Amino acid sequence: MTDTSRPRPAVAARGLHRRYGPSGSGGFEAVRGLDLDVAPGELFALLGTNGAGKTSTLEVLEGLAAPSAGEVRVLGLDPLRERAALRPRIGVMLQEGGFPGELTLAETGRCWAGLTTGARAVDEALDLVGLLPRRTVRVKQLSGGERRRLDLAMALLGRPEVLFLDEPSTGLDPEARAAVWRLIRGLRAAGTTVVLTTHYLEEAEELADRLAIMHHGRVVTGGTVAEVLAAHPARIAFELPERTGAHAALALPPLPGTSTELDGRRVLLRTPDLQGTLTELLGWAARHRVELARLDARSASLEEAFLAVAASADPAAAPVRTESLGSAA
Amino acid sequence: MTAATAPAPATTPLSRLLALGRAETVLLRRNRTAVFVALVLPFVLVGSLRSILRAAAERTPGLDVNGNLVTSSMGIVLLVVVYTNLTTAYTARRNELVLKRLRTGEAADGEVLLGTAVPSIALALLQCLLLGVGGLALLGLRAPANPLLVLAGLALSALLLTALAALSSAVTRTVETAGITTLPLMLAAQFGSGLMIPLESLPDTVADLCRLLPTTPALQLLHIGWLGTDGTGPSGGFAGTWRQAALPLLLAAAWAGAAAWGARRWFRWEPRR
Repeated sequence: MTDTSRPRPAVAARGLHRRYGPSGSGGFEAVRGLDLDVAPGELFALLGTNGAGKTSTLEVLEGLAAPSAGEVRVLGLDPLRERAALRPRIGVMLQEGGFPGELTLAETGRCWAGLTTGARAVDEALDLVGLLPRRTVRVKQLSGGERRRLDLAMALLGRPEVLFLDEPSTGLDPEARAAVWRLIRGLRAAGTTVVLTTHYLEEAEELADRLAIMHHGRVVTGGTVAEVLAAHPARIAFELPERTGAHAALALPPLPGTSTELDGRRVLLRTPDLQGTLTELLGWAARHRVELARLDARSASLEEAFLAVAASADPAAAPVRTESLGSAA
Repeated sequence: MTAATAPAPATTPLSRLLALGRAETVLLRRNRTAVFVALVLPFVLVGSLRSILRAAAERTPGLDVNGNLVTSSMGIVLLVVVYTNLTTAYTARRNELVLKRLRTGEAADGEVLLGTAVPSIALALLQCLLLGVGGLALLGLRAPANPLLVLAGLALSALLLTALAALSSAVTRTVETAGITTLPLMLAAQFGSGLMIPLESLPDTVADLCRLLPTTPALQLLHIGWLGTDGTGPSGGFAGTWRQAALPLLLAAAWAGAAAWGARRWFRWEPRR
């Protein structure tokens, strides 16, 4: 029946929908048919623009909200109906806040330790995120970045098997972010399954085994970082010299598979084969003694993949276009 | 070393309630307004209620001024310390996203609500105890006719007012507006549940309607349990109190159940967006 060669996913969603408000035009569908599989021990990043549905998705996975359609399993359990069995095995860090301002860090930790099966020592958890020296400070006196780290410490208190992190490094300075990344990598190395949302592409590139880019409530592209990037061309930009004298009749060599954009003397090439195209180009430049000013060659970045997705129109919001595509096919 | 390797115990509903209650106690202690109200209220109440009740006694012969003073003060303490305090606390915790965060943990929904209520209920019960001891020692009150009914009245009042606070906080957007959203119930309870105006001093039909209000039956149990009568006749003694208390007991349990159901149904765990 089931394929036993692959381990059961730690987190799975099938046809997930989440709707706010009434049905019809009065409501808003934040998640529109999302499928997701996160393998045990995997670090999975959910990327997307603001309002893409990342947090709405995460809240359903965490068992905070019911899906309006579809099915969700975390460690094989229904996060809503089997909440009591699941909660001791997961850790959650919300996008924002959640701790009374008038409690100290130590008091906050003590309260959470009392709500967490198998909690580690509070000081140990605070030390993990570098907040041990601040243990007697009240939460309201923490900076935004320190609050994020406190939230992370509380999520790690019970040594969870699955960790949900909603924008874990938002508001952190570069040093703290690097420390949090080290911590998350360490957790992954120890076998923790991590699902995180982020809009820092660098973060996904640094940390994620696999990622999915969400847009308007759907996953529009996903896979390993390399797989996502493979779908996007590399870029080579440079400036040609003035077309006078020796260079008056200058023309670029044929570069198969590339697209060329010209803007005066400025040239932008897009190519799926960066090394091949660059070799051709530099060989041509050497033969013709052409200096390629401001030469810049780069692989596709997640940023480009992301921007391409963000620029694409919302298919559900443009039914006319979908129809015309359908009739053309 | 063994402590570090031993499997950590699983949390239980009781251990979770205690953890939440302890944190909430620290928060209550650091809330100056709440502490001030809690410390000063009983004294102010006894002073002002006494003159109100004396005036009522002139119109209603046989009114037990001191007895009503103690049981009414208990009722008002429960209202202020449990109901208004908790409406504010639930609203504040919701707006700080504390409730949402707590729901990501092992505590069940009911435990989160009850855990937040622990210090308010404990404080109100402590003040009721002091009022009772004060009544016995200083006002010459007799011992409660039926202590079991007094305890049932305290327990049902605490439960009912906790659930009503949860319900009120569902329509309370900010801590600042809690004073307004709690006003209708506070007024109805103070004037319609026999606290400020003894029910026996009201016209019979009005009094009968007032006995159906959500807060009246539970608070009446305090009155019947301590003074041995609901005020409409002489003290019936331990046995007689059960007969008088049967209907209020039933109604109080029904109202507490309805309020708990409503709280479960309508409580908001996150601020409106």
